[in-house]
Amino acid sequence: MIRVIKANKSFNGVKVLDNVSTEFDAGKTNLVIGRSGSGKTVLLKLIVGLLEVDSGEIWYDKVRFDALEFKKRKAIRMEIGMLFQGSALFDSMTVEENVMFKLNMFTGMSQSEKRKRVDFCLQRVDIRDANKMLPSELSGGMRKRVAIARAIVLNPRYLFCDEPNSGLDPETAILIDKLIKDITEEFKMTTVVNTHDMNSVMEIGEKVIYISGGQKYWEGTSTEILKSDCQPLNDFIFASNLARKLKS
Amino acid sequence: MYYSQTMKELISLGINSIFIVLIISVFMGAAITLQTAYNADNPIYPRYLIGLGCRDSIILEFSSTVVALILAGKVGSHIASEIGTMRVTEQIDALEIMGVNSISYLVLPKIIATVIFNPFLTLMSIASGIFGGWLSVVATGILSSEDFIYGVQYAFIPYYITYSLIKTVVFAFIISSVSGFMGYNVSGGSLEVGKASTRSVVYSCILILLFNIILTQLLLS
Repeated sequence: MIRVIKANKSFNGVKVLDNVSTEFDAGKTNLVIGRSGSGKTVLLKLIVGLLEVDSGEIWYDKVRFDALEFKKRKAIRMEIGMLFQGSALFDSMTVEENVMFKLNMFTGMSQSEKRKRVDFCLQRVDIRDANKMLPSELSGGMRKRVAIARAIVLNPRYLFCDEPNSGLDPETAILIDKLIKDITEEFKMTTVVNTHDMNSVMEIGEKVIYISGGQKYWEGTSTEILKSDCQPLNDFIFASNLARKLKS
Repeated sequence: MYYSQTMKELISLGINSIFIVLIISVFMGAAITLQTAYNADNPIYPRYLIGLGCRDSIILEFSSTVVALILAGKVGSHIASEIGTMRVTEQIDALEIMGVNSISYLVLPKIIATVIFNPFLTLMSIASGIFGGWLSVVATGILSSEDFIYGVQYAFIPYYITYSLIKTVVFAFIISSVSGFMGYNVSGGSLEVGKASTRSVVYSCILILLFNIILTQLLLS
């Protein structure tokens, strides 16, 4: 389980996270939803340690992550996989080298063992015959899949996804969402997904947290979300004419 | 992994710079020789002094300082834009999440590669610069080949090579570390990457010129 306790973060005097406390359930797909600029990405970066909290605490099970020194964080980071908004694949490396990167850095596996593991991960995300291709030769959806393969190559306990289906067509977006949910169940990971896509909420959300203006307004399940009486959340969910018509 | 990364950088930053260094050195050596010859066109001066002037200009200043300024443009902008692009596309964040020390992984191999390889570039530049000078005298007939070669060998001080190589190592460190710093600290988008790349070249050049004076005073006084 991951816990965030009264997390605050400001940039140049502007508060982007205001006393946010929440828990992300182990073994589930947890979603953080909210408008663009609501503080979702900042929250995610605080949790993984790419940014430091101004005040507050970040806990991974019984370890207070934000209080650890850089070197001691490495042990937890080895258990983290992350899918970035723009995939963040290494441009100069092939697909195979990207997925193999962590194995090269942190394991003493033989080359054949590493190849086997890479092939397994790539097949798991349904990428075939692309081992020698560069990221620039891949479509947006394929890049996300390769990034997922890279994230799961060391069997992480925690998977973080920042807007995993941004820039993708609706069909591919749903496929990526399903892949994340399947992998979460298969590898028994704790997954945190940042999104503003309501399709994702309904498809994969087991626990949902709504953030607006840096504050947490609501949390619950994807079935509870449509019945919520939280006005900011309803404004967000039913923002489109179609959604409003469906609701009425 | 760090070893293979350093080898990659040796090729990318070192081997790939050989061609431009050779081309520039040959032409600059030729130009220096011709200019010296036309300015020393006086019966008082022995003709072989043209070869000597060409040699010392190339060893003392051109192959270390001027080549470093050129490499600040080529290698420095390459380093800053590569690392800067990795920063804005979250590739550096990805490294950090994996538990990799991104500065050690990205910047250190570049510093090691340039510090190791640039002295070889300087030696190549010295040789090709003097060769360019010889070509120019042979092609124009402004001086006999024998006079030029005699001048190149005349009163040679081996310490000048050491001085040139010491400067090269310092300049290589300046280029790679300044550019690495600029690229690593980029925030924003592609526009900022371009600005960081330009800044890295400007700051590297200024520091190279400053350290050129300091090292010359320290090493030649």
